[in-house]
Amino acid sequence: MTAPVYNFAYLDEQTKRMIRRAILKAIAIPGYQVPFASREMPMPYGWGTGGVQVTAAILGPRDVLKVIDQGSDDTTNAVSIRKFFTRTAGVRTTTATGEATVIQTRHRVPEAALNENQVLVYQVPIPEPLRFLEPRETETRRMHALSEYGLMHVKLYEDIARHGHIATAYAYPVQVDGRYVMDPSPIPKFDNPKLSDCAALQLFGAGREKRIYAIPPYTRVTSRDFDDHPFEPYRHDASCELCAATESYLDEVITDDAGNRMFVCSDTDYCEHRRALGHGPVAASPPAEAVHD
Amino acid sequence: MSPTPQMNERSVEPAFASQAAFRALMECLSRPGERRTLDGIGAPAPMQAATAALVRSLADYESPIWLDPVFAAAPAITDWIRFHTGAPIVAAPSKAAFALVADASALPDFMQFAQGSEEYPDRSTTVIVQVERFTGTKLTLQGPGIETTRDFAAEPLPADFAQRLRDNREMYPRGIDLVFVAGHEIAALPRSVRVVEN
Repeated sequence: MTAPVYNFAYLDEQTKRMIRRAILKAIAIPGYQVPFASREMPMPYGWGTGGVQVTAAILGPRDVLKVIDQGSDDTTNAVSIRKFFTRTAGVRTTTATGEATVIQTRHRVPEAALNENQVLVYQVPIPEPLRFLEPRETETRRMHALSEYGLMHVKLYEDIARHGHIATAYAYPVQVDGRYVMDPSPIPKFDNPKLSDCAALQLFGAGREKRIYAIPPYTRVTSRDFDDHPFEPYRHDASCELCAATESYLDEVITDDAGNRMFVCSDTDYCEHRRALGHGPVAASPPAEAVHD
Repeated sequence: MSPTPQMNERSVEPAFASQAAFRALMECLSRPGERRTLDGIGAPAPMQAATAALVRSLADYESPIWLDPVFAAAPAITDWIRFHTGAPIVAAPSKAAFALVADASALPDFMQFAQGSEEYPDRSTTVIVQVERFTGTKLTLQGPGIETTRDFAAEPLPADFAQRLRDNREMYPRGIDLVFVAGHEIAALPRSVRVVEN
């Protein structure tokens, strides 16, 4: 049986040129969604086809690739995409944030600060931050053209009216360089501050919706809010049970049918790195509300 | 897991050369005014090797190219572009995805190029300008991709270049993006840059 032969990084050169032209325009107009002719990829929509196409277009033979899914290097999505590029591009992969030159991510920004030689590629399900407020693409285009973002504030205001605070916890809308309002992909709003003045280039790819957008390094990114209801990142009030981190974003893991749970770092590399440095679990003191009955 | 043997054999040069050229330009655009070196590829005069590498990396039948009078006067350039990229050569700069300028001192008025629309500002021309060197009158820049400020200089450029950049920024998000080539070095000024002094 003959193994299929692909071009370097799977995509053909014409597709790469098309994506590359879109990426360059996206960088020149930070936060603006550039339409591109998204291809069918050998994985279903929702598995990061947009991010994969962006990664394939920028990847070179000397790159070191890291792929994370919700902060984790070892979940199905991350493993599959890493394997995909190992097979089609032969690039070196890593789980260490500091070693990677290209990091593809689903729904998290790594805890470790990124550097100037890195590119962060986000997988984006729905790139249009106004889509649930205005379903017509022609209208949302016009709204972006006119910087007509009042509707977004109405949405945030309705959160306050209903819940007493801005209840949007992920995909929290941001404004890039004082111009385009952008969906940061479904990252927890805990990660929003990391988008601003980041040393690395950030690229966003939405495969099903056929859009690419970007935040250049050192670009001011602000989370939309109100003077009397300022943006606040959210984090569970606990520390990681594996590495005792108090600064990282935590996943809540249900441990049994009795409602017991533990909190662990969502960023597995960050957690492993801390444990390697000797940060151990704190003396077991489960959160007060851990047992429900 | 190691790549299959077929993959290694397929590791042909053109894919890597265009990736290297694109990546250098991507870094330049995300860090306006910073320079990157590019090996470049051979092309007929007056096209510089790095210009040729960028054109081959980015242009194809979907991206019309406009040539300035110096390039347009060299039939070998038109032939080279047609043969290597298949890109249509257009007479109207407003129809071009890429514009190639050999005579930087006669850089055309930016408004002649495609500016994009308010809804689709990406439908605008990327102007690739060949300069002699990255020295001369310093422009101090701010904007996305620049941590504090960054200096940029290139020559020869029109005397009113700084004002043109300001006017281009006034159009934002419409406007053109500029790429400069001098020998093996490239730099870029996307429309997002702000000139703070000159």
